[in-house]
Amino acid sequence: MFGFIGSRLLQAIPVLLVVGFIAFALFDYVGDPVSILAGQDATAAQRLALSHDLGLDQPFFVQYGRFLWAALHGNFGNSYRVAQPVANLLAERLPATLELAITASVLAFAIGVPMGVYTGIHRDSFLSRLMMAGSLIGVSLPTFLLGILLILAFSVGLGWLPSFGRGPVVHVGSWWTTGFTSWAGIRSLILPAITLGMFQMTLIMRLVRAEMLEVLRTDYIKFARARGLTDRSINFGHALKNTLVPVITIIGLQFGGIVAFSLVTETVFQWPGMGLLLVQSVAVADIPVMSAYLLLIALVFVMINLIVDLLYYAVDPRLRARR
Amino acid sequence: MALLDVVDLTVEFPTRRGVLRALDRVSFSIDAGEILGVVGESGAGKSLTGAAIVGLLERPGRVAGGQILFEGKRIDTLSAEPLRRIRGRRIGMIFQDPLTTLNPLYTIGRQLTETMQTHMRLSDSEARTKAIGWLDRVGIPAAAQRIDAYPHEFSGGQRQRVVIALALCADPVLVIADEPTTALDVSIQAQIITLLKDLTRDHGTAVMLITHDMGVIAETADRVAVMYAGRIAEIGPVAAVIRHPAHPYSDGLMASIPSLEHRVDRLRQIDGAMPRLDAIPNGCRFNPRCPRVFDRCTTEQPELLDAGATRAACWLHAHD
Repeated sequence: MFGFIGSRLLQAIPVLLVVGFIAFALFDYVGDPVSILAGQDATAAQRLALSHDLGLDQPFFVQYGRFLWAALHGNFGNSYRVAQPVANLLAERLPATLELAITASVLAFAIGVPMGVYTGIHRDSFLSRLMMAGSLIGVSLPTFLLGILLILAFSVGLGWLPSFGRGPVVHVGSWWTTGFTSWAGIRSLILPAITLGMFQMTLIMRLVRAEMLEVLRTDYIKFARARGLTDRSINFGHALKNTLVPVITIIGLQFGGIVAFSLVTETVFQWPGMGLLLVQSVAVADIPVMSAYLLLIALVFVMINLIVDLLYYAVDPRLRARR
Repeated sequence: MALLDVVDLTVEFPTRRGVLRALDRVSFSIDAGEILGVVGESGAGKSLTGAAIVGLLERPGRVAGGQILFEGKRIDTLSAEPLRRIRGRRIGMIFQDPLTTLNPLYTIGRQLTETMQTHMRLSDSEARTKAIGWLDRVGIPAAAQRIDAYPHEFSGGQRQRVVIALALCADPVLVIADEPTTALDVSIQAQIITLLKDLTRDHGTAVMLITHDMGVIAETADRVAVMYAGRIAEIGPVAAVIRHPAHPYSDGLMASIPSLEHRVDRLRQIDGAMPRLDAIPNGCRFNPRCPRVFDRCTTEQPELLDAGATRAACWLHAHD
């Protein structure tokens, strides 16, 4: 087991090196940091001095090595825009994004799986047809449009929920912040979480439904019925568990996507997370933030893939035997 | 009174191009402790009969007529819940392919204990003890250790032993075995049949043994029903049907079995193929292939008639 985790982590190193290379190359290809930092009126001598201070006159691989070494120590340089360490900026925004992403995913899972099981079992019922039709809307409606529609309905029209921001937050530990401690914070989370989780929920529902239809046709389900097991045990114990491997894969990949690409939702709701930070940084070519964000997201995907692999192990005994 | 009495069982599949009648007034009975073999070509309705008895017809199939009496009570009209209580508890089932009939994600011990605890009041430790006993009885070596193994850790033959244990563990009085040896190696088939025969004899369990292997029927069954195109062609004691088949179809079936005693150059075969459900001929369903066909066969459908030791659905045995 530990050997497996170890080998997976080793495999992650090349991935992170390649992403690190792209993140590093950003500095050379997206704008010129010297002219951004020094400004229009700097003399040639000032530019040269700045270039030397930043280490930009060193050979390429020396620069790359330094970048990696610094990144390993959590040092991504200073943001051009706000002149603060990038690591601090991201750490400040990370809790907001993770809280939103986890809420959206839990919501999507908790609603999507039961709906998928229901539509898989009662595939011809009116309610199933209604859910399937509704899920088409969820799959095809763009996130920004859904967000705006929700704001229009629940913030502008009904006035029930706030239309932007994270509400009051409380510091937990040295760097984590949470909006879950107050009703206002939770209310602020509702609309963004629905917006972000809607696509995932409908995807999970349709996937679970398709897998259920597949599994319910198998011989072991027929044999379970022939043994007189209860419907509850057959549907949720025997059938649902056999649908989990593909469902876990999709949920894992989607969660990575939710963390990485929550920027549309965060922009619509002005949610103070990493996505919003990235959008603001791209607008002014704040390359240190962009490259650190890239690395962080790569790390998130690597971690999620590892967790997904471990979950396969927990679910399917046949995989345990092969190692 | 028979343990199971199937009377004029008719099963239909409504399709876009009309209703297909897959079983047409099938009647037979099984006594307590008796082994009834059911033979016939693929598509004759053997498995469908088994599925209809336990109420597990696949949609859109439905029982369109007739009665199924089990222990003197009608079970074809029962709702889902009482029928579920009969399945496994009173009527067990064994399926063809042991590689696909066990849930791959649960240990065989869990599948056994869940089945027993669904039907009987047993504590976890009692159920586990009984499960080990059953694995031992079906010939799984080192049952106490193997109980926590997953299906993929067993060979095909062993898995079929586990399936038999699962079918018998709640002490049913009738087992419907649907081609229990077809998917197994020839060398293992005999072991599995012997096991099934021994266990059911010890427990006084009746068996409906569906197969297209006449050898298995000859060795195992007390009586045999020959099915053709959704109807019973002939039914009677095994020895009589094998030695003196009264229906030309059973005659053809028996003649197509290779024999060690009589050396023949070429086995006899029945010309043609079984009709499709949407193209059932008028009169006797076998008449286009029958070597002894005559006028009446093409116009009137024969019911089962007394034919010496057996009963056959053939006008050759009409005495009116």
